[in-house]
Amino acid sequence: MSGQPETVSHGEGQQHPIGLYFKVWILLFVLSSMSYAVDYFHFVGYLRWTLILVFMFLKAGLIITVFMHFAWEPSTLKLALGLPVIAIVVFIGFMAVEADYTFLSRLTFMSGGT
Amino acid sequence: MANTPAVNAKSGYWQSLVNDWGADREVFKLSWGKLMMWIFLLSDTFIFSVFLIGYMNVRMSATDSWPLTSEVFALHVGGADIPLLLIAIMTFILITSSGTMAMAVNCAYQRNKAATFKLMIATAILGASFVGMQVFEWSKLILDEGVRPWSNPMGAAQFGSAFFMITGFHGVHVSIGVIYLTVVAFKVLRGHYDERGFQIVEITGLYWHFVDLVWVFIFAFFYLW
Repeated sequence: MSGQPETVSHGEGQQHPIGLYFKVWILLFVLSSMSYAVDYFHFVGYLRWTLILVFMFLKAGLIITVFMHFAWEPSTLKLALGLPVIAIVVFIGFMAVEADYTFLSRLTFMSGGT
Repeated sequence: MANTPAVNAKSGYWQSLVNDWGADREVFKLSWGKLMMWIFLLSDTFIFSVFLIGYMNVRMSATDSWPLTSEVFALHVGGADIPLLLIAIMTFILITSSGTMAMAVNCAYQRNKAATFKLMIATAILGASFVGMQVFEWSKLILDEGVRPWSNPMGAAQFGSAFFMITGFHGVHVSIGVIYLTVVAFKVLRGHYDERGFQIVEITGLYWHFVDLVWVFIFAFFYLW
């Protein structure tokens, strides 16, 4: 710890009206209740999966942009954190194809084994 | 052009972005502490993604039927089975703790140390209760339901290993977060940051919100899917 006032250049930090946090907080509660309701009311199939994903991305987006202040960070940081996430999407695609292949191989050669 | 003149401030988003990434200048106009936390969280994102992708892979390739999480994690309340009740409570607790954390960051920048301390401790207590419920969930699953990492009575054997790995790793993150929050809260109270500024509270908050963020994905993909 050099004791240098490294935060002085960003001295005021992230200051946002407290009302914004309350709004996001309430919204997160509502969205969580709705995603719980998806299970409680036994939605199935594509409707269930779509609703789960919509509520999930809305919640994640609110937490990242407002609670983690991502919306107010410099664009260089947004780019440096956002671009690597594309690799995850690509990896999901790869592993989904691979899982499909494993599943079909098991059906063909193992007759119901795990 | 070797020495490009300073780019006009009006020259647009992409131009200023390229300008920021240009040589011989500070790219990230952030304090190092905050930047390092962001980069750590990015690496953690990859770890949890790999866990969840591994879970997707074994679930898609399992030929046995996957256990019905809605029934596995149901709780007996008043003679009825309420699906996913404990998980819902845990979700709400974590969201509440994210809210108190956001308030703590706000109070810290207003240099209100007493309020920051109280809100951070409240966040830590909520986090600790989350871990407590997870211990209850695990012991119920292991002792009553007979779920093991290699087998379970409800269906596909991969269920146990995916469950213990993903929720276990998340639980470790929550536990570390509780310790981290408590340490920083007491340092705030003791006046450790009076000179340096209170950005540390925001950095701690980043970690805590990330733990909540990961739970959003676990809740969606593991418990609800």
